[in-house]
Amino acid sequence: MAIPESVVPARRERPPEARDPNLLVRYQHAERLTHWAIAIVYIFLFLSGLALFHPFFFWIASVFGGGQLMRTLHPFCGVALVLLFYPYAGKLWRDNRLTAGDRVWLHHMFAYMNKQETKEVAETGKFNAGQKLMFWSMVVLIAVLLLTGIELWQPYFAPRFPAPVRKAAAIIHAASAFIMFIGIGIHVYAAYWTKGSVKAMTRGTVTRAWARMHHPAWYRQVTGKEP
Amino acid sequence: MALQSLDIKARSATTFTPPSARGTLEVAKLVDVSRCIGCKACQSACMEWNDLRDEVGVNEGFYTNPPDLTDQTWNLMRFYEEQIEGSLQWLILKDQCMHCADPGCLKACPAPGAIVQYMNGIVDFHQENCIGCGYCISGCPFNIPRLRKEDSKVYKCTLCSDRVSVGLEPACIKACPTQALSFGSKEAMVVQANHRLEDLHERGFAKAAVYDPEGVGGTHVVYVLPHGDPALYRLPRKPEIGPLLSVWRSWVSRSLGVLTMFGVVVAGVFHYMRVGPIEEPKDDEPAKPGKEA
Repeated sequence: MAIPESVVPARRERPPEARDPNLLVRYQHAERLTHWAIAIVYIFLFLSGLALFHPFFFWIASVFGGGQLMRTLHPFCGVALVLLFYPYAGKLWRDNRLTAGDRVWLHHMFAYMNKQETKEVAETGKFNAGQKLMFWSMVVLIAVLLLTGIELWQPYFAPRFPAPVRKAAAIIHAASAFIMFIGIGIHVYAAYWTKGSVKAMTRGTVTRAWARMHHPAWYRQVTGKEP
Repeated sequence: MALQSLDIKARSATTFTPPSARGTLEVAKLVDVSRCIGCKACQSACMEWNDLRDEVGVNEGFYTNPPDLTDQTWNLMRFYEEQIEGSLQWLILKDQCMHCADPGCLKACPAPGAIVQYMNGIVDFHQENCIGCGYCISGCPFNIPRLRKEDSKVYKCTLCSDRVSVGLEPACIKACPTQALSFGSKEAMVVQANHRLEDLHERGFAKAAVYDPEGVGGTHVVYVLPHGDPALYRLPRKPEIGPLLSVWRSWVSRSLGVLTMFGVVVAGVFHYMRVGPIEEPKDDEPAKPGKEA
């Protein structure tokens, strides 16, 4: 027997993230799933790249079914990362536009890291300056990794490029991956360090106090109240 | 203990101290171009010994056949027509791996043990360890290794390491009917090459030269080039590993990279212990049911 439509809870109006009215929705389902899909692909890419970068880590290859299979999978996963990341970035970029307040944030960054200051800059919107810089560095680095990765991709594309280009591409690819690891490392640590952030990306919600403390301007925007 | 002739001097992507108790003779192949008649017996012998059969191609208008080295052609006779001092010269070059003392392929290889260099100087690919990345192709200053599409492994001349290991000369040497090819200790081959050089100079080949390029630490294939300039024979004048490969596969830069990444992890742990997390602030009083923001 069909349930009359009026009886069905209005799920579309209230996503499961927001069933508790005290919590604010920070990341929607799709955003969170994309974020974690990117994270999983990144971990594979990082570990397999590390195995090829330094022989100390070549044992990682056995986790991925041996060196040859790992080498074959790595570029395809790179393409998967690009296909997941850029549509996601396309949704996030507006919130990541740099503003005048970000300069103030960067100025206070070290004091904030040492907890000499615990209050975020009042203008901090959905993302703070650190998060924005992380975002834009990933936009650039993934593009560089893609372009240099194509030049190294055997047997499909690499033969079309002369050897010096491939060698230069390999250096740039490794250097970009290195910078990316540093960026991702800071990203992961900052999330773990700022309690409440991991839950935002796993369950999708944050408390009102968290939003007021870390993203005052965003709090104002979503609640219409002064933080 | 394995065959002395297969003692390993260098192994790709491996921290490795070569065994040094036994002294092994360094070997070399001497290609005396002035004696070569271009019969391709060496090319056929290479195919036969290694059981290689390249695809039957089409005539592209010159005598070099097939037109390039492939995963099935590890030894190729190349033919060039050159104007030298006003007369047409038909230059013949036996093209194969040079077995560099400082091999760019081995340096570029990220797969442990896919490329080894024996104590006797032979650089050999161990396909069972090859992952098909093609880095050796970028690393080679002579453009020798070829990636086989069917199995994504790279192949090249082995200097008949299997034959040499049991005291035989490489198949190409055995097949040469004009003694353009010789095989022996590197020392003896250099002496023989210089002896040939004197002879050529006397016969009017004033520019004749020995090709044993220093940029790659010398090679275990040595040429006697009657017209001297390697570029005439399409050999690089000054082959070297080059700064790009040196930076890319430098142990120092790679180890520094790994240490820095490790440092980031350590810094995170220490920061957490010293500074501690930013705790989640106490939340507001729960809103009354039904009331929404």
